[in-house]
Amino acid sequence: MASGEGGAGEYISHHLQNHTTELVEGSGFWTINTDSVFYTILLAVIYLWFFRRVAKKASAGVPSKTQNFIELIIGFIDQQAKDIFHGNSKLVAPLALSIFIWVFLMNFMDLIPVDLLPWLGTLVGIEYMKVVPSTDLNITFGMSFGVMLIVFYYSFTVKKPFALGYLKEFATHPFESPNFLVQSILAIPNIFLNIVETIAKPVSLGLRLFGNMYAGELIFILIAVLTLNYGWADAFSFKGATMGVVQFLLALAWALFHILIITLQAYIFMMLSVVYLNMSHETHDSH
Amino acid sequence: MNINATLIIQALVFFVVIVITMKYIWPQILGAMEEREKKIADGLAAGDRAEKELNQAKAKVDTLIGEAKEQASHIKDQATQMATKIKDEAKSDALAEKERQLNAAKAEIEQEANRAKEALRQQVSALAIAGTEQLLSKEVDAGKHADLLDDLIKEI
Repeated sequence: MASGEGGAGEYISHHLQNHTTELVEGSGFWTINTDSVFYTILLAVIYLWFFRRVAKKASAGVPSKTQNFIELIIGFIDQQAKDIFHGNSKLVAPLALSIFIWVFLMNFMDLIPVDLLPWLGTLVGIEYMKVVPSTDLNITFGMSFGVMLIVFYYSFTVKKPFALGYLKEFATHPFESPNFLVQSILAIPNIFLNIVETIAKPVSLGLRLFGNMYAGELIFILIAVLTLNYGWADAFSFKGATMGVVQFLLALAWALFHILIITLQAYIFMMLSVVYLNMSHETHDSH
Repeated sequence: MNINATLIIQALVFFVVIVITMKYIWPQILGAMEEREKKIADGLAAGDRAEKELNQAKAKVDTLIGEAKEQASHIKDQATQMATKIKDEAKSDALAEKERQLNAAKAEIEQEANRAKEALRQQVSALAIAGTEQLLSKEVDAGKHADLLDDLIKEI
């Protein structure tokens, strides 16, 4: 199944390369990673369809097993969101649910055998693709910056007076002084620190998920390289059979471990988003 | 690995997913959950209330049964008393009647006996007179010997 005559290097880079479509000829930015967009939307549709199906039939009577399962998830997310987010918002808990399930599904793509979907792709003429959307920096940044946009929106509207309340925090925290002159001087490091912090939030949020998933996917690919260029005939040679068994055991062990990672990363992404949203609703005046 | 327009698309899809979740998924499911929670709470409260009411009813039944028993025993006592009284009355009535009838019978018998004695006496005296007349052939005067005859009659 491995891709033809190429070496391990080519195999790996093939798997980590996005299938792209240029919107504007020759420009780097106006390019779309077709595979990432396809899978991310597909997973979003699966998530929305599944949950909507349950939501439509949701009743206060005896729940079906599916409804029970969904309610378990929603109850869990609701509890988490309430524990961390102290304000009153209709947005936060659904946002947390969306992130958790969607990111989980994206990460879950990692557990599908690395060559299965690209192989199916070759059947319809697509030479290479990346099946795990969360190993694409654009996807993770797309979500983390999306979260930050919402955070900015709330920061501007919740902290009164409009926008100024938020900007004032930039100058007065973390170092504060009752003396106006001292505070004016402290504003310089304050503003610097706050800008760094504000940028660091979405970047770290996106990079954390990307890094974990990318590394996980890379290890799956490396495990798959073990039997690269082996044919069916090699399965009956001693070396081929041994490598096959070793690869199977390694892939199994890593996949089992990865179940934990993908859930954990989805959870972390969700929790941090809620934490940031909570910060946007809280004024520092309280402490 | 380049940052490109995929990011913008992803962000847009992200907002759409959140909005759909917020409008069409979250409220329905959470609403159902909260409604069920309320139902269960209501059910439990109703159960508690029913139990309390049951206990009250039981207590009431117990007092009612106690009262009924008391009343029954009271009625029984009264009935026994009444029965005894009626029996006694009947007995005394019967005794009185017996006495009365006995006396009446006695009086009648006496009367009858007296009457019989009187008749007998008359007849005996008549017999005696007749006998004596015959014996003495008119020598005895009924008028003269009336005292004698009376003594005789008394002796009979």
